[in-house]
Amino acid sequence: MSRDLNLQNLDISVKHLTRVEGHGNIVVDMKNGVLKKAQLDIVEAPRYFEALLKGRSFHEAAIITSRICGICSLGHQLTSLKATEQALGLPVSEQTILLRKLLVHGATLQSNILHAYFLAAPDFLKVKSVIPLVGTHPEVVLRALRMKKLANDIGDVVGGRAVHPITCVPGGFTQVPTAAALRELRRRLVEVMVPDFLATVETLKALAGAIPRFERPTEYISLRADDEYALYDGDICSTDTGRVPDCEYRRMTNEFVVPHSTSKHCKANRTSYMVGALARWNNNYDKLCPEARQAAATLGLEPGCTNPYFNTVAQVVEAGHCALDAVAIIDRLLADGLKDELPNQEPTQYGTGIGATEVPRGILYHEYTYDRQARIVKANCIIPTGQNLANIDDDMKKLVPEVVADKSKEEITSWLEMLVRAYDPCISCSVHMLEVEFEE
Amino acid sequence: MANKPREASKPKVAIFDFTGCEGCELSQLNFEDQLLDILAQVDIVEWREAMDDRADEYDIAFVEGALSTPDCIKRIHDIRRRSKVLVALGSCAVDGGVNAIKNLHPIEEVRQIVYGEDQYLFPTLPALPLSAVVKVDHNVRGCPMTQIEFLKVFTALVMGKKPIEPDQAVCVECKLNENECVYAKGMICLGPVTRAGCNSQCTNFGQYCIGCRGLVSEPNLQGMAETLASHGLAMDEAWKRLQLYNAYRLQGVRA
Repeated sequence: MSRDLNLQNLDISVKHLTRVEGHGNIVVDMKNGVLKKAQLDIVEAPRYFEALLKGRSFHEAAIITSRICGICSLGHQLTSLKATEQALGLPVSEQTILLRKLLVHGATLQSNILHAYFLAAPDFLKVKSVIPLVGTHPEVVLRALRMKKLANDIGDVVGGRAVHPITCVPGGFTQVPTAAALRELRRRLVEVMVPDFLATVETLKALAGAIPRFERPTEYISLRADDEYALYDGDICSTDTGRVPDCEYRRMTNEFVVPHSTSKHCKANRTSYMVGALARWNNNYDKLCPEARQAAATLGLEPGCTNPYFNTVAQVVEAGHCALDAVAIIDRLLADGLKDELPNQEPTQYGTGIGATEVPRGILYHEYTYDRQARIVKANCIIPTGQNLANIDDDMKKLVPEVVADKSKEEITSWLEMLVRAYDPCISCSVHMLEVEFEE
Repeated sequence: MANKPREASKPKVAIFDFTGCEGCELSQLNFEDQLLDILAQVDIVEWREAMDDRADEYDIAFVEGALSTPDCIKRIHDIRRRSKVLVALGSCAVDGGVNAIKNLHPIEEVRQIVYGEDQYLFPTLPALPLSAVVKVDHNVRGCPMTQIEFLKVFTALVMGKKPIEPDQAVCVECKLNENECVYAKGMICLGPVTRAGCNSQCTNFGQYCIGCRGLVSEPNLQGMAETLASHGLAMDEAWKRLQLYNAYRLQGVRA
């Protein structure tokens, strides 16, 4: 293979990568054909979130942790509530679980659609943002807005607000939606969301040629459940070692500090692992609804996929599942009849609880220990983007030498940016995933 | 807002983020019904979360997040120099937000707790609202920012008018919405001292006011303590909850 001698030396520095949540820099340093450095520096200002939880009442834990991230606010809330409810012995009703699962579908839909259309698609169409697409592809932008709006409306109807929801509290909901509001959501899901999803699959299929071809097998970790596509609950499942209960999460994360990142890195059975839509697909494709599996087939997404750029495809496939399963959940809520329940907020014990939930970017863990006044004495949050950072670095180290021979510096930079964006990183989140042990 | 683009050159708008969750920016992407109208009225020249483009000067800069590192201070001075109007977006930018809770603890202790022996890698300062460092022309409050308020401020600025900042308590809006008083339900609520403008969104949904829009300009903390006491609720706990969003403003104050 002939090598472009100009590219024996490669020095890439992308400061404050655009179209991702939070602040990260891509740094590549190659000298005389030897790769010295290829990594994602995380330069988000540290927020010391766990320190903010010290001494806070159990009413406030989910309110505070939701502010870790605007995009993942619902995921943080529900994971936090599950940890608090386990620690304090606050079982919730079946209706609460169904409403929470409905919220998870809304949040996953909105986040996946936002990423695919607003953050990733401009790369496929070689434009700098979604804004030029308003002029060139108005019907596509309007469809994206319509889908996002409906997904957010699920959050508004059930959660009171899509960003930092209001109604989700320890032990249940402060207010449940009306049957009429749920029926209207159901109608729009069936009449608007499902056709828009099918159109999205066609649009993405037309763009699939722009998705870079790059393979690097790694370990894929997500939740897995027996009876459904696991998002709200399940065991931790690895493509390398199978299933373990969520109480073993520390063994599956093993956080460590690296100097180039304000967010800790993670590893399990290899030097890195991947979480998120592609990991969920690789572990749970058999649990997706037929329409979503059909979409995967159309888009060339196969079980055991090892191309990280296909994470965006997996997100779109998953969006279809969320839309259709949301309809099924609403049907069950309406068939059972909505009950005006008060949240269960009388602790029956004071101890430690763990919550593990699939949020759009991957598996999220919260663990709290409470004292006898139901105040937090110890907190640990492990965030999906933090878990993906070591995997992104490993991808970059394999990708750069593979493409350096036949691509320009601009093309390599673009591929690296697209790689990081494919993970849909949420950097605000990832810089507060550090464990805190409070000394009393 | 009309769909027709303005005839004269459109105002150049930029959006920036500092220490925060970017939930306020996300709320801007969530104006699904109005987004295209907004784009017709202005030129968005810089927005890292959504676009690659960069620009040199701005007619209006919307800034989210608190200032908490030496680099933040440098960047906000630079943005201020290049902006005709600067709007603080959301409670982190307006009041320091939840980030400012860390100011209640000695900074060395906070760094030690979170990063341990690796703390030297990551410099930090007390979390500051934008107004502690540069001149802020207007505020959009809330956590996340209140969307209706953003549209009001945005519309006023595009039309060359001065936005009006509410300064009554959330209780006023809550009463207009005919909600049952949260105190009567046995819950602590920060509505009596918190700035309105959210249409009492949380209490409408059965939750207590968490105080995310910051204090009114002259909060009657004594009155709130008396009301709490008359309902058998503790001011100590209420004070703690007030610090969630007002830690910066209440530094050195004790009810």
